[in-house]
Amino acid sequence: MNHSITEPDRAPLDAVLLYVFTGLLALGAIFATAFSDDRLFRFHGYLLIGAFTLAFALLTVALSSDRLRSPQGRYADGVIRAGVIATMFWAVVGLLVGVVIAAQLSWPNLLYFPEHGWLNFGRLRPLHTSGVIFAFGGNALIATSFYVVQRTSKARLAGGVWPWFVFWGYQLFIVLAATGYLAGITQSREYAEPEWYVDLWLTVVWVAYLLVFLGTLWKRKEPHIYVANWFYLAFIVTIALLHVINNLAMPVGALHHRSYSLFAGVQDALTQWWYGHNAVGFFLTAGFLGMMYYFVPKRAERPVYSYRLSIVHFWSLIFIYIWAGPHHLHYTALPQWAQTLGMTFSIMLWMPSWGGMINGLMTLSGAWDKLRTDPVIRMMVVAIAFYGMSTFEGPLMSIRAVNSLSHYTDWTIGHVHSGALGWVGFISFGAMYCMVPWLWKKDRLYSNQLVEWHFWIATTGILLYICAMWVSGIMEGLMWREYTSQGFLANAFVETVAAKHVENVIRMLGGLMYLSGALIMSYNLWRTVRLPSPVSAAATPAPALIPAE
Amino acid sequence: MKNIWKKHGVLERRSILLTVAILLVVSVGGLVEIAPLFYLESTIEKVKGVRPYTPLELAGRDIYIREGCYNCHSQMIRPLRDEVERYGHYSLAAESMYDHPFQWGSKRTGPDLARVGGKYSDDWHRDHLIDPRSVVPESVMPPYAFLSGRELELKDVQAKLAAMTKVGVPYTQDMIDNAKADLMTQADPFSPARDLKGRYGDAVLQRDFDGDPARLTEMDALIAYMQMLGTLVDFSTYQAEAPENLR
Repeated sequence: MNHSITEPDRAPLDAVLLYVFTGLLALGAIFATAFSDDRLFRFHGYLLIGAFTLAFALLTVALSSDRLRSPQGRYADGVIRAGVIATMFWAVVGLLVGVVIAAQLSWPNLLYFPEHGWLNFGRLRPLHTSGVIFAFGGNALIATSFYVVQRTSKARLAGGVWPWFVFWGYQLFIVLAATGYLAGITQSREYAEPEWYVDLWLTVVWVAYLLVFLGTLWKRKEPHIYVANWFYLAFIVTIALLHVINNLAMPVGALHHRSYSLFAGVQDALTQWWYGHNAVGFFLTAGFLGMMYYFVPKRAERPVYSYRLSIVHFWSLIFIYIWAGPHHLHYTALPQWAQTLGMTFSIMLWMPSWGGMINGLMTLSGAWDKLRTDPVIRMMVVAIAFYGMSTFEGPLMSIRAVNSLSHYTDWTIGHVHSGALGWVGFISFGAMYCMVPWLWKKDRLYSNQLVEWHFWIATTGILLYICAMWVSGIMEGLMWREYTSQGFLANAFVETVAAKHVENVIRMLGGLMYLSGALIMSYNLWRTVRLPSPVSAAATPAPALIPAE
Repeated sequence: MKNIWKKHGVLERRSILLTVAILLVVSVGGLVEIAPLFYLESTIEKVKGVRPYTPLELAGRDIYIREGCYNCHSQMIRPLRDEVERYGHYSLAAESMYDHPFQWGSKRTGPDLARVGGKYSDDWHRDHLIDPRSVVPESVMPPYAFLSGRELELKDVQAKLAAMTKVGVPYTQDMIDNAKADLMTQADPFSPARDLKGRYGDAVLQRDFDGDPARLTEMDALIAYMQMLGTLVDFSTYQAEAPENLR
């Protein structure tokens, strides 16, 4: 056999592996659906059959027309462009569902349909939380991590077509989770609602993600692993650990959608909030700090403020965050020693959090004037400011005495949204505004004016939202514990519900404004993509890499 | 001091070492906080009366989970004066020891339900679930009218109890074998209840919960579940301040 002739014709190994894997999955889905007598399991079975056979068919065409080669001299940017589109799509969907459920709480008579249980608050709320955290946030993290790891390693993504598997596998996870909630398939574990088989699928996708990420690091041409990648790596491995342990469960049957968690009661509660708080710590914080550590210095054209501060705050952040879970269970049946430990570490967490904030903000030293001229930088700086604010509010609320008032109220909802809309949303939007012209080889955004509009509408929306929730949360907390002079409880529960109507409406308006901002952004990005490309490709500056120090 | 920064460079050059270091660092907190809960005997109080759910209650609990009730209703009363006066005795760890998964919740858009059992009549629950604002005008709760129209699925009742035993709930083989019969008996006031009560105790509620004796609906199951919530422990004999119960 003559190698020099046959080699170029041979299909790439990574693509063949994915082809076989997809074929096996399609077969598995067909058999599982055929033999299951559980209506809801079959519903997801059909969905899986559709997804896997479509993927198999597309791979057949792509393989036979030899389209799956990975030129090692170039960065793999196609999957990142797809990630940007998915990020914006899910942002709009997730935010829209949020506005809908906020409106349901404001006008329950108009927006509930007695015969359509799938439109009730209880089913839509997980759709909103998973939609914004995992669909919007997750896609933003995967896309930016693929961008950052290639640029800071000066190497193409590892694994050939497997980054595409990560992308599409993750979208399939989102669709399974979302349709599951609407159909009533849920484990009732907050932010971990998908059932056991969806969890297994996410585990497969996540391992592929970790291997693609690590594989790219192994190919790097820089001696040091850049700080942003430490955060992305911590996010990927810790989420894997949390996901697997929190979702340990016994399915009712091998072909049945329902499962029962391995743990019960108090142990189950702490496992869930160990997961829940670190979904915040590692998904919504560490991952997005990775984003900050690349896009803020890049956009400001300044080095990261302090290398040593990044080391200190990285290790202290990931060490301390893990302990903070029990502050979700103050005054519950969780033993007090565990509550106290959780509270202590939550307060300590303030310092590493602000270490990250300071490192991000001070990176702008000497470039503060850009706040005036570049709305994208301003958006990212405000994101860091919101990060600082919500990581101050968090430790405050974790103090047992404060928590006795704030727990179970809207204050918690406001706190979460100052972090999610302010920090996670704005830093992601900033990264997307940076990446789109870079990825589509344009020399600018379509309109900086529209970024200004987005910034101000969204910022006002966040302020309306969190102020309304502070008022309603503290009000209902105080009303619950209010006594008359005769020593009776002053308010029936439902009076506190009625008292929150105005705040609920303001919250809905704030959310609507934030959603409008995301729509303006989507339009702006779409027009940017459609801009004519600069005449010469050489005119686009090659992305310069930032050294680790 | 200079040396430490230099040494950190080793981690920055070796991705596997960095991955292992991250895993070690993030494992500590969970091990120290969660692991002891499984072997410290004081974690769960020793109380009389807590039993596994009957098949009908378990079916109702699955509907409670399916509809996402936990998004707005907690089942965890804190030992604070106003909560104890509003909802009843604070919740004990023992009361959720068979809850796979726990339903403590994190938000009270609606009131706590840990002790809602027996507080309202079945009729009230049915009316309230069909149209919450017909009985509580200011309520923002969604309507669940469709539950009355849906027959309760019976075919996986046994499998559900069997799965529960695999995660440690002490259902006996007798309970599993008779799961379907027990379920139907509990929702039918005219069936002999001796076997059901023999297996789950005399306090088990047996009646037609949804006011529609002709049919066994999801409404039956959900109301049966809610009417037993928080009623298992006899607090007239429970010594909350006894040293063995303080944690």
